[in-house]
Amino acid sequence: MSNAVQALGDGWVVAQRNLIKIKRVPDILVFVLISPIMFVLLFAYVFGGAIDVPGNVDYKEFLVPGIFAQTVVFGATFTGYGLADDMQKGLIDRFRSLPMARSAVLVGRTTSDVAYNVISLVIMALTGLLVGWRIREGVLDAALGFLLLLVFAYAISWIMAYVGLLVPSVEVVNNASFIVIMPLTFVSNAFVPQEQFSGVLQTFVEWNPVSTVALACRERFGNIDPSIAVPDSWAMQNPEVYTLLWVIAIVAVFAPLSARQYRLSTSK
Amino acid sequence: MTDMIRASGLVKRYKDVEALAGLDLSVPEGKVLALLGPNGAGKTTAVKCITTLIKPDAGSAEVAGVDVLADPAGVRAKIGLSGQYAAVDEHLTAYENLVMIGRLYHLGKARAQERARELLERSDLTEFADRPAKTYSGGQRRRLDLAGALVAEPPVLVLDEPTTGLDVRSRQQMWDVIKELVAGGATLLLTTQYLEEADRLADDILVIDHGREIAHGTADELKARTGGERIEVVLADLEDREAAVRVLAEVAVDTVRVSDNGRELTAAVSGSATGDLLRVLQGFERETVTVLDVGLRRPTLDDVFMALTGHAAEASDGESDDSEKEMAQ
Repeated sequence: MSNAVQALGDGWVVAQRNLIKIKRVPDILVFVLISPIMFVLLFAYVFGGAIDVPGNVDYKEFLVPGIFAQTVVFGATFTGYGLADDMQKGLIDRFRSLPMARSAVLVGRTTSDVAYNVISLVIMALTGLLVGWRIREGVLDAALGFLLLLVFAYAISWIMAYVGLLVPSVEVVNNASFIVIMPLTFVSNAFVPQEQFSGVLQTFVEWNPVSTVALACRERFGNIDPSIAVPDSWAMQNPEVYTLLWVIAIVAVFAPLSARQYRLSTSK
Repeated sequence: MTDMIRASGLVKRYKDVEALAGLDLSVPEGKVLALLGPNGAGKTTAVKCITTLIKPDAGSAEVAGVDVLADPAGVRAKIGLSGQYAAVDEHLTAYENLVMIGRLYHLGKARAQERARELLERSDLTEFADRPAKTYSGGQRRRLDLAGALVAEPPVLVLDEPTTGLDVRSRQQMWDVIKELVAGGATLLLTTQYLEEADRLADDILVIDHGREIAHGTADELKARTGGERIEVVLADLEDREAAVRVLAEVAVDTVRVSDNGRELTAAVSGSATGDLLRVLQGFERETVTVLDVGLRRPTLDDVFMALTGHAAEASDGESDDSEKEMAQ
């Protein structure tokens, strides 16, 4: 068996271990999903009235794809949390004494978190349908929208993996990622259309990958009025390509960084 | 006989503390070496160097002829490691834990499952095989952890304080499992804080402190240097102390130790401990020494240290992770 195939196999074994954990400790999932569900309700029924969506689209339809983007970004914290938790336990020493691929712990974690994101998206989609969100384009378009969310989530997982390895405490990971994630998701078009931001903030929103993910999803799901012109920044004009460029850049930077940090923090 | 584990001149520094200060050790094929020392003596650091978990700052080590620095992956294929804190996933069942380890040893799924069942049987865990490991007692977790080290039937086993924190019964069970392994021909490096454990399991004992060897030999050789069992006396009357020390000195192999309050006396004896005890009691009768308590006990690590170094075994801060794990027990 070639090394690469073996490394993937090892990663898959570790991923299976993490999946069993989701099954055994479902409360983690419940807790992580409560906040996006609260956001749906809060924005749909409390703040929603104060936010104008351009064109002939209901705010709830505009909101739900934004919440999807927010959910997968928040969900990535789970990767950092899981790794920080593992690093505190003796199991890592066991893994390191086995003739397995060094990358398996990281690859396994980010892979199993894709499954975790699929579960969150299903639950969030059901919540969305309940409050009035609808998919108005074809099945293929919708599938591509969800696929983009998952690919984006996978990339963010690698950032959080790095954070989780850098700060070896579950609590600190939570707080540290919050500092980054809050502005990233709120200063985007996830909740508020980009037209309502002003000046520098609007430029940030237009180039924020969270905005382009949300925009791409709205287009794929048909939750946007096609007669309303999209801002003419390149990112907003090509939201999918722009998002994928971010995905590639993030993985290219954070996968090696995480691998390096994993080596450093385990070989003391 | 070839050495299955050989290390020479191992040095490892943490900031300004030397956890290992030039340690040499060797374990011939099929033999058991116990690394005996207090918390912070460098036991875990030595184990980590030999099992490729950390790189020594200086020195070299070989396992089954494979150099740990040149070919760490090769070494990992030859060893089974079981740590002092059970390295099992607590949300997985015993069976799932062992299958996972088997698959990471690349045994293949079917073989990993078969091997997991064999090991559960052998470790008396079959009954609990399908419960998550977090529901296990300390002894059961430790046996599962040891089973994890045995999955690939490695020729060399490294057990880091396999019984620390276990109750007497679990410790006895663990010893039985380990003895069986050794009888099956495994080469074993064992670390322990318990002299009794080293005595029961090891062919050879290496006593270390502050990262270096302070004594090396078989259990009998060490006992010859440190005395065997101890006679302990608690005096009823401090006035009798001088007479009591005189009586004890007749049978003691070393000087008689007197506690700070002057009431408790300890004498290391060799040979027939009960005969010596009888002579002591007769002496007390003759000298009319009244005692509250007299007893025989096995020597502890503290006794060994006192005899070898003149000071008691104390946990140094040198290897903080050692003591932290201790606290986590």
